[in-house]
Amino acid sequence: MRICIPSRGPEPGDLVDERFGRAPYYLIFDSESGTKESYKNPAAEGMGGVGPRAAQFLLDKNVQVLVTARIGGNALGALKAGGITILLYEEPGKTVNDAITAYKGGGLKEQ
Amino acid sequence: MNITVASGKGGTGKSMVAANLAWSLSASDPVTLVDCDVEEPNLHLFFPDGHPVVSPVSVLVPDIDPDRCTLCGECARFCAFGALVAAKDRVLFFPEHCHSCGGCAVACPEGAIAEIARPIGTVTERTISPSLRLVTGTLNEGEVLAVKVIQKAKAAAGNAPWVIIDASPGTSCPVVETLTGSDFCILVTESTPFGLHDLAIAYDVTYQMGIQSGVVINRSDGKDEAAHRFCEEKKIPVLAVIPFERRIAEIQGSGNLISRRDPAWKERFCAIGRACRALWEGA
Repeated sequence: MRICIPSRGPEPGDLVDERFGRAPYYLIFDSESGTKESYKNPAAEGMGGVGPRAAQFLLDKNVQVLVTARIGGNALGALKAGGITILLYEEPGKTVNDAITAYKGGGLKEQ
Repeated sequence: MNITVASGKGGTGKSMVAANLAWSLSASDPVTLVDCDVEEPNLHLFFPDGHPVVSPVSVLVPDIDPDRCTLCGECARFCAFGALVAAKDRVLFFPEHCHSCGGCAVACPEGAIAEIARPIGTVTERTISPSLRLVTGTLNEGEVLAVKVIQKAKAAAGNAPWVIIDASPGTSCPVVETLTGSDFCILVTESTPFGLHDLAIAYDVTYQMGIQSGVVINRSDGKDEAAHRFCEEKKIPVLAVIPFERRIAEIQGSGNLISRRDPAWKERFCAIGRACRALWEGA
């Protein structure tokens, strides 16, 4: 399973960014291989249409699960049409590693 | 002569100046008044008479043929505005993000994208009197392409001895589009620090665009030294100072025009028009 967490920085120890489309980084974890990938969000500074563009980026990276605090309607529609499961992780001040732990523990609510 | 009435700050009295100027000048010359504040047009409130003739404003948007589409994603990669997303089994289109550039249709290697019209607003024309026409651009709620509606409204206005154009507040794309092609710009400000601050920004836009301007100080409390100083420094003529009076507010607030109620004000607004023309012809 490929899981994406929007992040404020490029490392797993960095804080989760509560915004989906405008998060500066996306960290992608592959639960089968155990690998971690870090990408700068190409849509973060965009003038508009940030949500759909960020959604396209995740679809291109074959993400299967997004763990995020908040998500807008357009991005939600695009991600769902792409078959991505969206799980809500709304705790403030947590790191990407915390979010992964929460995902593994199960119980995150599906949006 | 095309005169755009603009201001940096909202609520300084652009519409009040535009409506009174158009009404006053129409006593002796044909005038077309154009409401280019398309997100919140309001000039028609001052002119309840006149049968409205409404034309739709449409833009071209992509229409994807699912039989030809291979979901390659070239269209979505091309779109700078996030209006297209290539999902697993279809391409999603977010019409409100589309800027109608047509690039996706060019980028599609399969020729699967046609362009179809999508309405985003209207242009309404009214004949108020034999010498006064009102053209109103209206952008539909939730739409972003104000510029397209402004272009259509200006095209519908055509030429007249006087074309008076009411701009939206601010200095962004819609204002620049409204100002494009104008001979002169009346900048309306007020006796507040905000009014002056935004006047400076609006003036800068007219200066960059090479459009001559003059200032009307509206709702003046008599303490306009800072505005006068600014105009002196920049060599912008002050065309008129309109006092902050309850009577003016009451007349305008009830949907009437101070120049329609009071011949002295009508003459004052005609003088503003003549001053603009003299400055333009002198330039």
